[in-house]
Amino acid sequence: MQNTLLQGLYVLSGLVSLFTAISALTDAKHPARLGTALFWSLLGLIFIFGELIPSLLVGVMILIMGVLTALNRVSFGSMTGASDDFRLQQAKRIGAWLFIPALSIAVFAFGIAQFTTLGGLVGLGIGAVVATVLALAITKAPAKTAINDGSRLLQQIGSASILPQLLAALGALFNAAGVGQVIAEGISAVIPSHNVIFGVIAYAVGMALFTIIMGNAFAAFAVITAGIGVPFVLSQGANPAVAGILALTAGYCGTLMTPMAANFNVVPAAVLEMRDKNGVMKTQVPIALAMLVIHIVLILVLAF
Amino acid sequence: MIKLIGVLLIILGFAFKLDTIAVVLVSGIVTGMVGALGLSEVLTILGKAFVDTRYMTVFLVTLPVIGLLERYGLKEQAAEMISRLKTVTAGKILSIYMVIRTVAAAVSLRLGGHVQFIRPLILPMAEGAASKSSGELETQDVEEIKGLAAAVENYGNFFGQNVFVASGGVLLVVGTLSELGYPIEPLDAAKAAIPGAVIATLLAIVQFIWYDRKLRSKYTTKAPRNRQSGE
Repeated sequence: MQNTLLQGLYVLSGLVSLFTAISALTDAKHPARLGTALFWSLLGLIFIFGELIPSLLVGVMILIMGVLTALNRVSFGSMTGASDDFRLQQAKRIGAWLFIPALSIAVFAFGIAQFTTLGGLVGLGIGAVVATVLALAITKAPAKTAINDGSRLLQQIGSASILPQLLAALGALFNAAGVGQVIAEGISAVIPSHNVIFGVIAYAVGMALFTIIMGNAFAAFAVITAGIGVPFVLSQGANPAVAGILALTAGYCGTLMTPMAANFNVVPAAVLEMRDKNGVMKTQVPIALAMLVIHIVLILVLAF
Repeated sequence: MIKLIGVLLIILGFAFKLDTIAVVLVSGIVTGMVGALGLSEVLTILGKAFVDTRYMTVFLVTLPVIGLLERYGLKEQAAEMISRLKTVTAGKILSIYMVIRTVAAAVSLRLGGHVQFIRPLILPMAEGAASKSSGELETQDVEEIKGLAAAVENYGNFFGQNVFVASGGVLLVVGTLSELGYPIEPLDAAKAAIPGAVIATLLAIVQFIWYDRKLRSKYTTKAPRNRQSGE
């Protein structure tokens, strides 16, 4: 039952991607029409057919997608959102009812995860379908508007939407190639390998430092979890769900302190017209350091 | 040591702001090759892992409804409700926004953003409150209030988002750990993010209230002196 529903969810996700491909293809003013359409078609096909396609072929398809983004052939088209006036006017007309569909996604995702055996993902999918129906009823918009807006948003998010999946795949490759062992050997020269406290400190601080260097906690997570998390923390009997999520947010403490995360730290300083372009980071450093220490304590207390 | 070349490629690729997707792919392929895997083997592992982790990208199904709600003024409605708040100090306004932002992130509401919320709404409200109680602010104090207003958006967003059971972060952890041989349930990870979200909210509020107190003591001790020099 859960698997059938999950397959259905993959098909729906794939359809969103295919609709995005179609909307790019029919967008005469699109700056990268064919590349963008090809990118979202390939993703849509992988989502819908999944295991039916040989893994090697999926690998090749992903490689093609990578070449398209590297050559800058995946971009946003000429679709536009609603005007400011329209949005303000509609917000006034509909009022707080707008929040009901928005909240129903979370309510279903959490409720189904908590009270059934179907899991949060199936809940997310059911919530999304319910929310779409509610939103169409409340706004009285034609269904086509929802499809167009979905395509517009996905083009806006762009190729970054598959980054988490690629990073998990990178983790798998690092694992197969034995990268984790190399890092683990290097670290065990510095810290005692059976000491839980040192292991947790190395995992959390490693996440924060790597995130500071790369500006991206998601990317750091794949590397540091293979290299430090598994050998020094998870293999010592830590609860993997607890240690994993807390290590990721320990990485976010690094995000608060690095100019590499320009979107969060440097761009806002400019948006708010600050004199000091490092002003946002300087404000965040005390909280970030305190939260990093707290994360180490939380992992030690909650995961063991 | 040579096996670490993939890590190095990632660091350099991100540092030079090369295309992220391409950097990750090249790093994976090179790592596989130096780890004595053939190209077809690397692509097979890549393809299999990608298909196995499709659940990480199912947020696609929520995009049509989110796009539709934004077209019909979801953010404008939220801004209208926040702007009706009557609060006296900058620190209190920032604290209230911290709670709203964290809860919004935890239920996966896309409310927030430096461009959409902080600049047009939260910063003017906080600045207005501060100058109402302290008079004309010095540049340094305005600068600090801007720093706090930018920071509150990040604090709430970062520490609240993983409370949502299907957030990108939770699914990344689920996907990466299962590829490394540790299968976990998304709900367990999401629940473990709750204490951090609560503590971050409290710490942020301490920072904002601290600013209020600093401002109050600075401008109340200065006010009489100003009057004196005016006489």
